[in-house]
Amino acid sequence: MESRPTAYLSTSGGTKMITESLLAPGHRGCAGCGASLAAKFILEGAGRDCIVCGPTGCLEVFTTPYPESAWRVPYIHSLFENPAAVASGIETALAAQGNTHTKVLVIAGDGSTFDIGIRSISGAFERGHNLTYVCYDNEAYMNTGIQRSASTPYDASTTTSPSGTVSYGNPFAKKDMPAILVAHGSPYVATASIAYPKDVIRKIKTATETEGPTYVQIHVSCCTGWYFDSSLGIEVVRLAVETALYPIFEFVNGELGKVHKIRQKPVEEYLRIQKRFAHLFKDESGSDEIAKIQAIADENVRKYGLVRN
Amino acid sequence: MIPHAPIGDAGSSLANKTGSWRIYIPVFDAKLCNGCGTCETFCPEGVVHKRDGSDTFVADYNYCKGCGICAHECPKNAIKMILEEK
Amino acid sequence: MPEKCHKDDSGGEMTGKLKSGRQVVEGSYAVAHAVAMCRPDVISAYPITPQTHIVEDLSQFVADGAIDSKYINVESEFSALSALVGASAAGARTYSATTSQGLALMHEVVFNMAGMRLPAVMTIVNRSMSAPINIWNDHQDSIAERDSGWIQLYVEDVQELVDTTVQAYLIAEDQEVSLPVMVCMDGFILSHVFEPVDLLDQKAVDEFLPPFKPVSILNPEDPKSFGMFVDPEYYMDFRYLVEQAMDQSRSKIGDAARSFESAFGRYYGDLIDTYQTDGAEIILVAMGSLVGTLRDVVDDLRSKGVPVGLLKIRAFRPFPADEIAEAIAGAKVVCVLDKNISLGTGEGAVFTEIKASLYNNGIRVPVIGFVIGLGGRDIPVGTVQQIVSNAEDVIKHGIEADSIFVDLRRH
Repeated sequence: MESRPTAYLSTSGGTKMITESLLAPGHRGCAGCGASLAAKFILEGAGRDCIVCGPTGCLEVFTTPYPESAWRVPYIHSLFENPAAVASGIETALAAQGNTHTKVLVIAGDGSTFDIGIRSISGAFERGHNLTYVCYDNEAYMNTGIQRSASTPYDASTTTSPSGTVSYGNPFAKKDMPAILVAHGSPYVATASIAYPKDVIRKIKTATETEGPTYVQIHVSCCTGWYFDSSLGIEVVRLAVETALYPIFEFVNGELGKVHKIRQKPVEEYLRIQKRFAHLFKDESGSDEIAKIQAIADENVRKYGLVRN
Repeated sequence: MIPHAPIGDAGSSLANKTGSWRIYIPVFDAKLCNGCGTCETFCPEGVVHKRDGSDTFVADYNYCKGCGICAHECPKNAIKMILEEK
Repeated sequence: MPEKCHKDDSGGEMTGKLKSGRQVVEGSYAVAHAVAMCRPDVISAYPITPQTHIVEDLSQFVADGAIDSKYINVESEFSALSALVGASAAGARTYSATTSQGLALMHEVVFNMAGMRLPAVMTIVNRSMSAPINIWNDHQDSIAERDSGWIQLYVEDVQELVDTTVQAYLIAEDQEVSLPVMVCMDGFILSHVFEPVDLLDQKAVDEFLPPFKPVSILNPEDPKSFGMFVDPEYYMDFRYLVEQAMDQSRSKIGDAARSFESAFGRYYGDLIDTYQTDGAEIILVAMGSLVGTLRDVVDDLRSKGVPVGLLKIRAFRPFPADEIAEAIAGAKVVCVLDKNISLGTGEGAVFTEIKASLYNNGIRVPVIGFVIGLGGRDIPVGTVQQIVSNAEDVIKHGIEADSIFVDLRRH
């Protein structure tokens, strides 16, 4: 297979870059969409010789409105809750054909991954298919209008966990999906953030080159669902990492490996710039809730050793 | 004539010129640009690229949606978002 | 060990190569053997009674190296069919088997796979739907999927099951069809029966069934996007194309049956088959193994001078409306025996569809429906004879009740 560079990070592309990128422009993602940026990095890491399965979701809808597709690698969408099973079938078909080089990826949102698709993910990981499951995590069902998922963080206001006179928004903690996949015996489980592109690309490369089922969960911003100005799309997810609300780590063969170290900032800096947390700043009563969120961040610091000594 | 199933060609989204969505347009100041490529890296559309024969950057306005991430992330403040007259 | 018992019961060796020639085997072994002869690249299935023996036999073939297929031990029927969506799109010949609740769990994928025009073959070991929970035979499970875009073929006996399985791949993978096919067999009645069966020869099947050549596949050398999001501008047209493909399949089903006959010498009819319908005043209509019982009743009554005939539906989808209309036009009454009920209509689906297909053909033969044998309730010869007497009453006095629940414990 011809190997053509898709170097977004290099500075040697010239105007040809547009036609070289594996996710073509012209897709209908919102201006500043974090998921489309993640897809760009994922394909950079995976390379041209791959097949991508996408479940129903923002990325699927905005990249494949018939007859226009933004994908320059083979792509298949079947249903919302089955991309891990579809990928299992593709990987098995490739094995039957003696193809050992083409990489099989899932690129799925958090609703598909954390909630409705978890059965097929569990099955695929237990069976040990050679595939990489990537979750672009924007922490709610954005495609259907910002409803709560099991990935929605504590106290975030969504359209089905709205803040109100007797509610601070989502009452549940974010599900620990990476731990679930580590428990499945995955040889490589990592989190990442689009604020750190080189890290995303390296982790995708590592995941796709690791034999067996691997998982990378990428924090992506959603200006439409989190309610912030689109120009802040990188800054907001960077703050999630710097406040320890989105720890960046990797587990290699079940052991905690490289961790992205931070100088910890107070969670207010992250919460304050998003309208989904605005209800916490309306009056004094929000401070107890902010303290609880700070406690979640502090626990992440402890658990993963996030702060530089 | 449509195919037997909803199957599409690679990169056919190029037909959709999303530049028409834009409200603010990023204007790149080559004099301030240090060529670091941050704007290129963080463009969600993948449409910021080097000018031919130069180390400075510019967006493809056929597709740039004007999100402003490039301008916000530019370490040299070399990109300004200007309300676009159409 | 139940597995060992099963293997011993089937009269076969625990390991080693596949049986060949004429053998007394269990129906499940026979279908597994037929599938093996079709050389599927990927098999993906989840165990459910009464489908289990099929997938156990296939697993054993794989374990023995008797076939090259990859077997995916999925965690649900939902994933079983989902995996085949991926495998088929990647160019693999695919197979699954399920029944009842398993098929219901697949429901979303069933529609999806047909809409994506991916030609899998799946054996449906027909079983009732819960509640009440029940593991015995009727046709409710596959009938509930009639609008999905899958071709549905029903078989009368184990030999027809074997032969139809091979024909199913030929039909499904024809590029003008490119639709998945359900081969529907009656649970327990056919899946667990031991019958003498002519097992198919590999070389003969290879000559009959060419390798799978899909229109397009997932391929990094020619990257296409499958399963795109289709808005109102195109959606209806793609649905129409599925209907067109169904229509194409009408002639392909008959062609497959006839070319199978030239190759193997056995023929079970086109979309429908008829038996003793010449001069028949009463025509019984059914699908599946019940047809065998009806043949005996027809023979018996014909010998007593009762002008009764039989129409067997092989293809329920595509629905053979014109063929049925033509076959029954000369009768005085038609009795449709349905092993299913469309709740809220008071009648079985085959009955409803036959009535609908006659109206615009201008045929006014009285048609009466019988809901029968649900959840494995036995259908003795006496019951069928009673149906024929009902039909005789209709000829004399006209229709009193147009849909009858047969052998109810209480009304």
